[in-house]
Amino acid sequence: MSAETLADRITWPEESNAASPRPRRWLPFSPWHLFLVPFSLLMLLPLIWMVVTSLQTQKESLVFPPTLVPKSLEFSNYAHALSAAPFGRWFLNTAIVTVAVVISNLLLCSLAGYAFARIRFFGREVTFLALMATLMVPFPVVMIPTFLIVKALGMFDSLAALIVPNLVNVFGIFMLRQFFRTLPVELEEAARIDGASRLSVLFKIVLPLSLPALATLAVIQFMWTWNDFLWPLIAIFSERNFTLQLGLTVFQTSHTTNWPLLMAGNVMTMIPMLVLFLAAQRFFIRGIATTGLKG
Amino acid sequence: MAGLTFDHVTKTFAQGTVAVNDLSLQIAEGEFMILVGPSGCGKTTALRMVAGLESITSGRIVIGDRVINDVSPRDRDIAMVFQNYALYPHMTVAKNLAFGLRQRKAPKEEIDRRVGEIADMLGLEGLLKRRPAELSGGQRQRVAMGRALVREPKAFLLDEPLSNLDAKLRVAMRAELKRLHQRLEITTIHVTHDQVEAMTLGDRIAVMNEGALQQLGDPQEVYDRPANLFVAGFIGSPPMNMLRGVVSRGRIEAGDLAVERPSLPDGEVVVGVRPEAFLIAPDGAASTELTVEIVEPLGDEVLVHGSIGGEPARSGAELDEELLPLERGSRARITARLDPSARPSPGDRLPLRVAPERVYVFDARTGTALT
Repeated sequence: MSAETLADRITWPEESNAASPRPRRWLPFSPWHLFLVPFSLLMLLPLIWMVVTSLQTQKESLVFPPTLVPKSLEFSNYAHALSAAPFGRWFLNTAIVTVAVVISNLLLCSLAGYAFARIRFFGREVTFLALMATLMVPFPVVMIPTFLIVKALGMFDSLAALIVPNLVNVFGIFMLRQFFRTLPVELEEAARIDGASRLSVLFKIVLPLSLPALATLAVIQFMWTWNDFLWPLIAIFSERNFTLQLGLTVFQTSHTTNWPLLMAGNVMTMIPMLVLFLAAQRFFIRGIATTGLKG
Repeated sequence: MAGLTFDHVTKTFAQGTVAVNDLSLQIAEGEFMILVGPSGCGKTTALRMVAGLESITSGRIVIGDRVINDVSPRDRDIAMVFQNYALYPHMTVAKNLAFGLRQRKAPKEEIDRRVGEIADMLGLEGLLKRRPAELSGGQRQRVAMGRALVREPKAFLLDEPLSNLDAKLRVAMRAELKRLHQRLEITTIHVTHDQVEAMTLGDRIAVMNEGALQQLGDPQEVYDRPANLFVAGFIGSPPMNMLRGVVSRGRIEAGDLAVERPSLPDGEVVVGVRPEAFLIAPDGAASTELTVEIVEPLGDEVLVHGSIGGEPARSGAELDEELLPLERGSRARITARLDPSARPSPGDRLPLRVAPERVYVFDARTGTALT
């Protein structure tokens, strides 16, 4: 090798700084932010509008074009909304349904997902494909059969009608199966040789390593159940079994809608979800990134 | 502790691949047995069948006096060290070590005592509170060994436990492994593709190829008396040199080499010569002349690669990257391990001789060793 080529191959620290391939920064932040910041504000707009409306007077809320800065802050809207209907009871109903559904999904989807991911049994692939196929069926198609089953089981107009049909969700099975398959199988083999049963392997090795996926599933399921409107509308009849989403309809009649109170109710309904999302965000984002799924 | 027997064990996978073919092997109590062979030879499958991680298609595996074919892995009372260690990433070293005992519901004081003993024996005392991600490769390896040993199993299964370590650490851990076995005398099956590991560690070695046992014996015996062409080519580094030859009236001629073997019938053979069997010949005593191409001095010896007169042959144990096309000509590439005082350099023509008793002869068709 000649002297020149050898010298060419050595990069001196000063040189490599000077010859940095990155263009000089002309902004103190990445240019992407110029696009992302306005875009995220746009996404926030409905939320802001909701909060603002919840603090306006009935009259102000009907002005066109809408005002984004209210003249006075009507915090009493919240008190009115709460006293207008048994929101405490509905909140409790929604919480019971959601917590039950989330916990049962975490448990049952883990069990099913693990079986599909790791246990060899007759008809595994066919069963899994059949389950996956049900994901393609839209809810309105199964709505009436589900209603008939729930009615036959004597659960119509009870919280059980909201819990039982949602105890396990095919999406959750799919998501956890995909995640479990990414874990090194040797860990499970080592645990089995160490004396763990299949269930201990699942609960002591697989699930602790699957926290991101479990957190993701919990948040998604929480969101779906908490926000569900159509099924409660069909399955629940009496006001004391309402969920929050059903309860919000008291502000809407066929002729008028009390927007400020409706939005105040909405804001209160959203808070638990917001808190959960912020708490689980770290896991949630990692979970989506690792499963390659878009939530 | 107990002996372990493979009794006509066969494993056929769903796609029809026969991974292990009629393997019969008896491992004595406390013996260190090596299963060695190229990748895909069925050695790991054989080990996994002992562990209960693969089902057995036919035949029996016996530990002690119990047939374990249908016993679940947890009830076989064996321990295994995986190639990638498979330490539980969410547990500390102490919990990793204790996991097996806790699964077996051992009393807490006993768990603490045994974890302490093992940590002490393997030098892990300072690491007990760390997680696997915070350990070096060698430390992880020791934790994996500890996790297997802490249960005092009947048999100890090692699946290429040293292959993820760098060369220097591997030599150190190899000695460590041997010391550990000498001290504990647990029946051990160690799977490896590294024939140096096989030679140095094993009480006996079982050479496998394409799912079948090729030869079983103590390392020196396998090295000195390979049963067939494959074993001859696989055991030994650099590998044995192979030349095509013909036997005619008790005399083998293979290129430049000629050896008298009156007992052999006429026919085609493969002649094998280990690199160290070549000696620099005094004037007039040379049987062949090596044209030197590459010289690799190793300090106490020198490896000389070059060619001699003769037609090359293959053992079937070559690595893919060694499978250069063989020229069917009058020159064969060989390697000789010589005394460094010879100071050969590329282009030299070295007069060499081979002691006739150090020439191996194999049937060219079946590959079996002929004497």
